[in-house]
Amino acid sequence: MQTELLRFTTAGSVDDGKSTLIGRLLYDSKSIYQDQYEQIERVSEKRGEEGVNLALLTDGLKSEREQGITIDVAYRYFSTPKRKFIIADTPGHIQYTRNMVTGASTANVALVLIDARHGVVEQTKRHAIIASLLQIPHLLVCINKMDLVDHSQSVYDKIQDDFEQFAAKLDVKDVSFIPISALNGDNVVNRSEKMDWFEGSTLMYYLENVHIASDHNFIDTRLPIQTVIRPYNDEFHDYRGYAGRIAGGSFKVGDKIVALPSGFSSEVTRIVGASGDQESAYPPQSVTLLLKGDIDISRGDMIVRENNQPEVGQDIDLMICWFDREKPLKPKGKYAIKHTSQDVRCVIKEVRYKLDINTLSRDQEDKEIRMNDIGRILIRTTKPLFTDPYRKNRVTGSVIIIDEGTNNTVAAGMVI
Amino acid sequence: MNYQIDHIRELESESIFIMREVAAQFENPVLMFSGGKDSILMVYLAHKAFYPAKIPFSLLHVDTGHNFPETLKYRDELVERFGAKLVIGSVQEAIDNGIVTEEKGFDASRNGLQTSALLEALEKGKYDAALGGARRDEEKARAKERFFSHRDEFGQWDPKNQRPELWNLFNGRKNIGEHFRVFPISNWTELDVWQYLALENIPLPSLYFAHEREVFKRDGTLLADCEYIQKRPDEEVFTQMVRCRTIGDMTCTGVWESNASTVDEIIQEIATTRMTERGGRTDDKRSETSMEDRKKLGYF
Ligand SMILES: Nc1nc2c(ncn2[C@@H]2O[C@H](COP(=O)(O)OP(=O)(O)OP(=O)(O)O)[C@@H](O)[C@H]2O)c(=O)[nH]1
Ligand SMILES: [Mg+2]
Repeated sequence: MQTELLRFTTAGSVDDGKSTLIGRLLYDSKSIYQDQYEQIERVSEKRGEEGVNLALLTDGLKSEREQGITIDVAYRYFSTPKRKFIIADTPGHIQYTRNMVTGASTANVALVLIDARHGVVEQTKRHAIIASLLQIPHLLVCINKMDLVDHSQSVYDKIQDDFEQFAAKLDVKDVSFIPISALNGDNVVNRSEKMDWFEGSTLMYYLENVHIASDHNFIDTRLPIQTVIRPYNDEFHDYRGYAGRIAGGSFKVGDKIVALPSGFSSEVTRIVGASGDQESAYPPQSVTLLLKGDIDISRGDMIVRENNQPEVGQDIDLMICWFDREKPLKPKGKYAIKHTSQDVRCVIKEVRYKLDINTLSRDQEDKEIRMNDIGRILIRTTKPLFTDPYRKNRVTGSVIIIDEGTNNTVAAGMVI
Repeated sequence: MNYQIDHIRELESESIFIMREVAAQFENPVLMFSGGKDSILMVYLAHKAFYPAKIPFSLLHVDTGHNFPETLKYRDELVERFGAKLVIGSVQEAIDNGIVTEEKGFDASRNGLQTSALLEALEKGKYDAALGGARRDEEKARAKERFFSHRDEFGQWDPKNQRPELWNLFNGRKNIGEHFRVFPISNWTELDVWQYLALENIPLPSLYFAHEREVFKRDGTLLADCEYIQKRPDEEVFTQMVRCRTIGDMTCTGVWESNASTVDEIIQEIATTRMTERGGRTDDKRSETSMEDRKKLGYF
């Protein structure tokens, strides 16, 4: 029963076939229940569609079905004997980019879809940039609707070239390509008979075998404290446990540690996990640490190792993706920030540049950051944050920016 | 050192993380307890998240008055075992006070009335976060839920305009009068839940295991014969080996023909079944988007 969890997301422009692909993957892997299938069969028929529209498996909202597009992320699950999969099927429409980022932020793998008739378009680039900013470790570019281009190898090769040229300027480690037809199921679970020129594996084989064991940071030891556990009863009178989810590295009983921001040192005396005491702990386990002596630690503090500490500072350099529909980023404006278990406020000190999605060049003239823009900014926080570069650690390197007037999350930020 | 963690333990860790966030970010959270396996799982996870301290949430049961008797018995034992505080939101009371009107006829159910009773209980208790055991694999509208789901001052959900939710940074900020629904087991599937219940030896209400019961058939679903449902003249009662896959109100919870009498047999059954667990819920069958419609109004 030991199975690994793999989280993957879809990406790519509107109508490139993301939802259809997820439906096809679920259908061909026999992960759809009969009553679900009958339901979408009925709806497809009522809408006068030719066959059963598999995209309806994820496009479940009334307005999505009316408009024929995905609006918000749908999460779907399936498993094979090797792995359990969590799928985030995200919208391609530019208006809902924030929902694409939502689905992509926790993914190990991104499936970037491209309509073979249209090739690489601006929204493909935007999503690829977001995937690279989010440091999704593996990208699989699925060149879809091959049935509409006669399953032509030259069309496929051309798009692969275009994408590779663009991706060369991005920070992505592992990119692969696959020609598919989501509609007909070619190279999804079953090998295509119409594209024997393609020697790679099917999408399913890729998902079952892509190497994900090293996607966490097991080197830089970090535990952001969420809450302090104090039972207040006689049996556990002196119990004081520091609870949180390990964000990097590992802890063992007996380890010397340092608490930030106080700088006090101590030693781990016990690690209490979900199944009782354990000898060691590593990401992504939720645990409670007990420490020697009485030191003052509370929510927002971080437990680390003496000889391996995060950056402690109030001036933070960020890449951001802006989500607010109504208001652009206010230069010199004040916002709330969430980082690990810390809540602080910040002021925008400087907008360094805005990224041109098409050329990846840095626009230093027009620095107004509006919805769906990506830019680099410098902020100053009211209290020090304990950060690592996002490239090294997705947990300690990420922040969200919140508008204090509306309480809305208006940007995702990644520490440079 | 081997840093592998299997998927069940990863889900467990994620849920514990979220429960701790709720305890830290909200002043007065409450755990919605329906008596079903998912809310039972939630109670056990909450216990682990704060052990050896007590669970820092009260349990809120929105009681339609049409319960399976087994549910109440199990509920009271569970509350006792964990020394938790139980709060009851009563649909009967809402009917008696004229806040809601009871449906009449053959398909009458108090399921819709639960929403009003729930919102009323949340307001009365001044709860600013309500933890629920809904899972994304249950239903297509639930597949769209965030972990932290913002509700306006009327308790409504706006699926077209949800807050972005990035990484594990949960934004629980809100204005006065608004609240959050939080779903810590969003990423669990029915099979994950059962595998976990087996792994942890968690006792369950007898309703989940195959037993003989007087039932009748309506629209392809088996329903338990009880005083709360008015049968049509042509609906005949017969005895059948059945079990529940979900437990809700007696009027809308279908029972399944099954011989699975142990957790392992249930896991076997689920792994091979061709029907979703809510396939037997008459409340979901009222229209194509009945779950979405109810959720928008503030249903669980
Ligand atoms: N011929 C052909 N049509 C396809 C294929 N894949 C998808 N389509 C069609 O393309 C249209 C859009 O498909 P969707 O799956 O909804 O696209 P999407 O990428 O999910 O769109 P958004 O989520 O709104 O961004 C539908 O009409 C599909 O039937 C394919 O492989 N071949
Ligand atoms: Mg879609």
